[in-house]
Amino acid sequence: MITYLFKQTLGAIPTLALLLTLTFFLLRLAPGGPFDSERAWPPEIKANIDRQYELDRPVYVQFGHWAGSAVRGDFRESFQYTGIPVSQLIKDSLPVSMTLGFWAVIASVIFGLGLGAIAAWKQNTWIDGSAMFLAIAGVSLPSYLVASVLILSLSLGLGWFPPALWEGPSSLVLPVITLALRPLAIIARLTRASMLEAMNSDYIRTAFSKGLSERSVVFKHALKNSLIPILTVVGPITAYLVTGSFLVETVFQIPGIGKFFVEGILNRDYPLVMGVTLVYGVILIAANLGVDLLYGIVDPRIRMGEKSA
Amino acid sequence: MKFKKFLKNRLAVLSLAFLVLISLLAIFAPYVTHFSYQDQNILQRLEPPGAIHWMGTDTLGRDLYSRIIYGARMSLAVGIVTALFALTVGTLVGAAAGYFGGWVDQVLMRVVDVFFIFPSLLLAILLMLILGRGFTGIFLALGIAAWVTQARLVRAQFLQARELPYVEAARALGVSHLSIIFRHILPNLWGPIIVSLTVQIPASIMAESFLSFIGLGLQPPFSSWGTLAAEGFRAMRSYPHLIIFPGVVLFLAMLAFNYLGDGLRDLLDPKSKQAFQ
Repeated sequence: MITYLFKQTLGAIPTLALLLTLTFFLLRLAPGGPFDSERAWPPEIKANIDRQYELDRPVYVQFGHWAGSAVRGDFRESFQYTGIPVSQLIKDSLPVSMTLGFWAVIASVIFGLGLGAIAAWKQNTWIDGSAMFLAIAGVSLPSYLVASVLILSLSLGLGWFPPALWEGPSSLVLPVITLALRPLAIIARLTRASMLEAMNSDYIRTAFSKGLSERSVVFKHALKNSLIPILTVVGPITAYLVTGSFLVETVFQIPGIGKFFVEGILNRDYPLVMGVTLVYGVILIAANLGVDLLYGIVDPRIRMGEKSA
Repeated sequence: MKFKKFLKNRLAVLSLAFLVLISLLAIFAPYVTHFSYQDQNILQRLEPPGAIHWMGTDTLGRDLYSRIIYGARMSLAVGIVTALFALTVGTLVGAAAGYFGGWVDQVLMRVVDVFFIFPSLLLAILLMLILGRGFTGIFLALGIAAWVTQARLVRAQFLQARELPYVEAARALGVSHLSIIFRHILPNLWGPIIVSLTVQIPASIMAESFLSFIGLGLQPPFSSWGTLAAEGFRAMRSYPHLIIFPGVVLFLAMLAFNYLGDGLRDLLDPKSKQAFQ
C-alpha cells in the first residue's frame, strides 16, 4: 500500500512538470503582455520594465529561471498585484476556495445520494419523475444562469442572502448551491441507476424475506452497495469543482483562487497563473490518487500495486 | 423496429422536435426575424418585451429576438463543428491505438495523456488567447480540448473488438487493416459514437458560453447564446429580460440535448453507464 502510494506520487511529478511547461509556453504564445495599457509606454520605460521582469530574455531562459526558483518554493511576485508574492496570494485565497469546495462536495453528496435513493425507491411515480427532472435540469443549466436565478429570487427578491462578496457564512449559501447543483444532479442519476440494479439482486430479496422494513432495505442494504459506481465520478467531480470555481468565484466576486486565476490569465499575470496552475495540478492528481485508494477500501477485491486496468 | 421504440419515448421525441425547430429558425434566420442582429437604435434601447420587439432590446437598442435567433446559428455551429472535430480526431486516434496496439498505442496514448492532464477548460482558455476570439479560434480551442475523451472511448472499444471472432475471421481472410477498421469494426460502434455526439454538442455549447462569460467569447457584433446571457447577467438587476430570454432558450436547448441523448443511449448503447461530462 505504502509502496503503491509512493510510486504513484513519484509518477505524478513528470505529469505535473509537463503540465507546467506546456502552460508556460502556451501562455507566452498568446499575444499581449502583462504591462500593455491603453497608451503605449515610452520605449525606455518599456525596456526598463521588461528588464526588471526578465521579459526581454528568450522565453526558454525565462522558463528555466522560473522553474529553478519554483523548485525552491519561490513563485515570484505577481505582476498585477505589484510586490505581493504569488505564494502569499495563494495562501490567502486557497482557504476561501477550499471552504466553498468543501461545502459543495458535502451538499452534492448528501442531496445527490438522497435524491437518487428516493427516486429509485419510488420508481416510476411522480416523485421519481420530478427528482429526475431536477437532476437533468441540474446538468442543463450553465452555472451563471443558476447564479442569476438564485440572485434574482433569493437575494434581490427576498433579500435572504447577499448577492455577492465574501462576508460571513450567509454569503456562502448561494455560491455553494450554484457550485453543487451539477455534481448533485450527476450523483443523483448514478445513485438511482445503481440502486435499481441493486434492488433486483438476491441479497435484497433475502433482506425482504427476513421481514426487514422497506425503508431499512432501501437505505441500509441497497444504498450501501450502490456506492462503488458513485466513487468513479469523484475524480471528475473534483475536476469539475476546480474549473467550476473559476466561474462561481467570478460571478459572486469571491476572492478565491479561481477568481485570481481568471484575472491572472486575462491580465497575462504569468507568475500568478503558473502558481495557481501548480496548485490545480496537485489537487487533480491527489484527487485521482485518493479515488484509487478509496476503491481498495470500499471493494477489497481490488488490490493496490498489482497490475490493474 | 428501433425507430418505433424511439417514438415511444415521448420526451426524446419532443426534444428532437424542439432541436429541429431551433435549427430551422437558425438556418432561416433572415426570413424569421424583422430586424438585423446588429442594427443599433439608440432611441429604443433597453425596451421591455412588446409588440414590435418581442423580447425587448438590449443596451444598444438591438432587437433581442433577432440576436437570439442569430445567436442560435453560432451556438449550434460551435456545438456541432467542435463535436464533429473531436469525434473525427478522437475516433481516428482511438481506432489506431486500439487496433494496432504495441508502439502505435504507446505513442498515441502518451499524447492523449498529455491532453488529459490538462483541465480541458484551462486548455481551451489558453488556446482561445492564442488563436484569438474569432470563429476558428473557438472551434479549434474547444475541439482540441475535447477530442481526448473520444479517443479513450474508441480505443477501449477497439481493444475489445480486436479479439472478437469476426475480426479474427476477417484477418484470416486477408482483409486489409484499413478495411477491417473502417468497414468491419467501426460500423459496429456507431451506437456509442452517436451517443457521445449528443453528449459532446451540449458540452461544447456550454463551454463556449463559459468562455463568453469570462470575456473570451465571440467579439461583437456577433452573438451566441453564451455572449447574450453574459451580457444579460451584467444588466439583470434592472433589465431582467436580457438574461431571462437567452437563458431560457439556452436551458431548453441543453435540456433537449440531454433528453435526446438519454433516449438514444437507451436505444443504441444500452450497456453503457452514463458518462460524466
